[in-house]
Amino acid sequence: MIRFFLSRLLQAMPVIFIVITATFFLIRSAPGGPFDADKVVSQEVIERLNERYNLDAPIHQQYFDYLSHLIRGDFGPSFRYTNRSVTEMIGAGLPITFELAIYAIMIALIIGISAGMLAAVRPNTAQDYIPMSLAMTGICMPSFLLGPLLVLVFGIWLQWLPVSGWGYSPGDKILPAITLGSTYAAYIARLTRGGMLEVLNQDYIRTAKAKGLSTSKIIFKHALRGGLAPVVAFLGPAIAGLLAGSFVVETIFQIPGLGRFYVQAAFNRDYTMIMGTTILLSCLIVFLNMLSDLLAVWLNPRLTLDAKH
Amino acid sequence: MVFETRSILAQLATDTRDIMELLNVNNLSIAFDTRDGKTQAVDNISFNVQQGETLGIVGESGSGKSVSCYALMGLIDKPPGHIERGKALFHNVDLLSADEKTMRGIRGKRISMIFQDPMTALNPYLSVGAQIIEPLLLHEDVSRNLAKQKALTLLEEVGINDAASRYYQYPHELSGGMRQRVVIAMALITEPELLIADEPTTALDVTIQAQILELIKDLQQRRNIAVIFISHDLDVIRYMTDRTLVMEQGRIVEHGQSQTVFNSPNHSYTKKLLASIPQQAKPVKFKYTPKKNSPLLSVNNVSISYADRSSRFQAVNNVSLKLAKGEILGLVGESGCGKTTLSQSIVKLINIDRGEILLGELSLHKLNTSELKQARKNVQMIFQDPYASLNPRMTVFNTLAEPLKIHRLAESSDIKKKVLNLMADVGLDPCWANKYPHEFSGGQRQRIAIARALAVEPQLIIADEPVSALDVTIQAQILELLLTLCQQRQLTMIFISHDLAVVRYIADRTAVMNQGKIVELNATETLYQEPTHSYTQQLLSAKLSG
Repeated sequence: MIRFFLSRLLQAMPVIFIVITATFFLIRSAPGGPFDADKVVSQEVIERLNERYNLDAPIHQQYFDYLSHLIRGDFGPSFRYTNRSVTEMIGAGLPITFELAIYAIMIALIIGISAGMLAAVRPNTAQDYIPMSLAMTGICMPSFLLGPLLVLVFGIWLQWLPVSGWGYSPGDKILPAITLGSTYAAYIARLTRGGMLEVLNQDYIRTAKAKGLSTSKIIFKHALRGGLAPVVAFLGPAIAGLLAGSFVVETIFQIPGLGRFYVQAAFNRDYTMIMGTTILLSCLIVFLNMLSDLLAVWLNPRLTLDAKH
Repeated sequence: MVFETRSILAQLATDTRDIMELLNVNNLSIAFDTRDGKTQAVDNISFNVQQGETLGIVGESGSGKSVSCYALMGLIDKPPGHIERGKALFHNVDLLSADEKTMRGIRGKRISMIFQDPMTALNPYLSVGAQIIEPLLLHEDVSRNLAKQKALTLLEEVGINDAASRYYQYPHELSGGMRQRVVIAMALITEPELLIADEPTTALDVTIQAQILELIKDLQQRRNIAVIFISHDLDVIRYMTDRTLVMEQGRIVEHGQSQTVFNSPNHSYTKKLLASIPQQAKPVKFKYTPKKNSPLLSVNNVSISYADRSSRFQAVNNVSLKLAKGEILGLVGESGCGKTTLSQSIVKLINIDRGEILLGELSLHKLNTSELKQARKNVQMIFQDPYASLNPRMTVFNTLAEPLKIHRLAESSDIKKKVLNLMADVGLDPCWANKYPHEFSGGQRQRIAIARALAVEPQLIIADEPVSALDVTIQAQILELLLTLCQQRQLTMIFISHDLAVVRYIADRTAVMNQGKIVELNATETLYQEPTHSYTQQLLSAKLSG
């Protein structure tokens, strides 16, 4: 176990280092800078700003300065919001995005696994075609279309749920969570169906049937664990993707989460903010992938941690 | 008066028959919907099973022997399957028309099954203990603790030592034979009246097979349960059963006491089946007399090991052998003995740790890439599974033309003629050249694989279990073909098999491998008649005869 964590950590370090380096130089090679604005600002002001944010130093110097701060856990000040540090802003946005992601993935798992199981039990019948067509629609439908559509139906026509906000009025978390979760529900439904179909064709399912077990017992006791293996493998990257991809939903529903900061930072050339969120997300991806590997080992007695890495 | 006595006697006879008869299958027909229309899998068969007897059902793949028994258990998927008609009375319940709830009460409780492949029949995600007690907990009102006690006793009974620790292990931690014992324990824990065993030893090594068969026979007698024993292996059926049904294409072509069926078969198909068993020694016309020329292949003190994370596994341990041109060497041994590893090192699919392999004058493991390509042309392989070893997206023509092109063995104008000749040589109709592998039967596919190996005119052929996946009548044809080709083309062959009878039929000399070593190597008949090594003796005595 410890060996597994250590080896994963060793593998992750160069990955994250490359992400940091690439991001650092890429954002600086893009045209424009943090203090380019529509307003004409005097040369003197620009120079003083550059000096204050260490932008007048040669680029390699900036890079090493940034790294040395980073090692001490300092993400630096935001270039856009005076007197606010990146750490502070991430600290404010992350919990909200995290909460949204948890709701979304829960919705995705519940809907996706049940739909996939229904489909797998009676393949090539209406019970298969209907949920799978819905899943295909779910995959094809981008959240910037689904979100406003849901708002239109449930918020404006039916007036059941609030149209935006996060924690201001009861029920305002429902629509964003559904919007964000639906694409993943669709993927999970398809993965569950595929995994379950494969397992249900195994000889040991026939053995279970020959023991006199009912269909539901066969599915839940004998098939589900193996059938969910693809879903488990998908879960790590999915949650990370959910966090990174939440900006659309956050924008639609006016949620003050991390995703919105991320996008705004890119538009504003808020260098430190971009760096901070990118590093955070890449760490999360590495961590969540490790978690889903651990889960896969726990589910499947044939795998051991040693054999996984 | 006389009349009365007679009718009483007749009445008695029916009564006893009623008591004795456990299962009565009447006019059973099963069909499957396929893309090409309806396939009649079982065609109007009737049979019965008496209490405490063993009924054998023998036949080749597709004969309907398994399907009819799955139908009794309600294990056929409908659709595509249909039970067209028939009755199967088991204690006055018709197994074919009973509702699902009734069937669940019978399956696993009164009728149990043992399946062919213990590797796949057990759920890899659950401990063996949990799987063994599952039917007991399901059908009977017992506590988990009591069920465990019963399972442990039963595990001891089926020959598993330290049952208490095995109980918590997962299937992948057990050997094949051990898993089959677990499957048997699982089937017997509810004390069923009827046990259906579907090829229970086909996936096992010969010594393990003998042990498992002995175990089933023993348990059957001790518990007086009826057994339906399905197998394609005539020797196994003869050894195990009281009565035998012979099935061909969904019909029962012969039935009777096993002794009678095997000793004086009536139906032509039964005769053909029995004649296909390679029991005798190599036919005289194919005998090879060794000449005193230098060997074609010399394997000198070869050792091969696999490195594991924690240990090294010695797969081949200091093996030497020589093969003269035109000779067929049989290589027998159980799974894991190193026979396949050794053969793969001869085509340099695997590197050797120590020793030397000489093909003619060439030292195989010292060649550079282009020399190796040339040398590989001279050694060709034929694999066990003709389904897996042919590319499904290439026609027969392309499959056979490819090696000719790679090794530039024919002008492009000649290729067609060469391929068609090759097909004729292995008994394939040349007009099938543009068909794909899936359009052929197993035997025909193996012929394609043989033709592909012959295409480059190799000196040495390595055949790794080339007939184990084939039905016995097809197996006989392929063996005959191999012998003929070897003789015509002066081919040298290493024939690897776990099947002792097959090796005896085809090989001039036989090497027995055990745990990476050749324990005995001798002229085939000498080895079979006077085995000197204890392992060879053990192997030969495990083989079922008569």
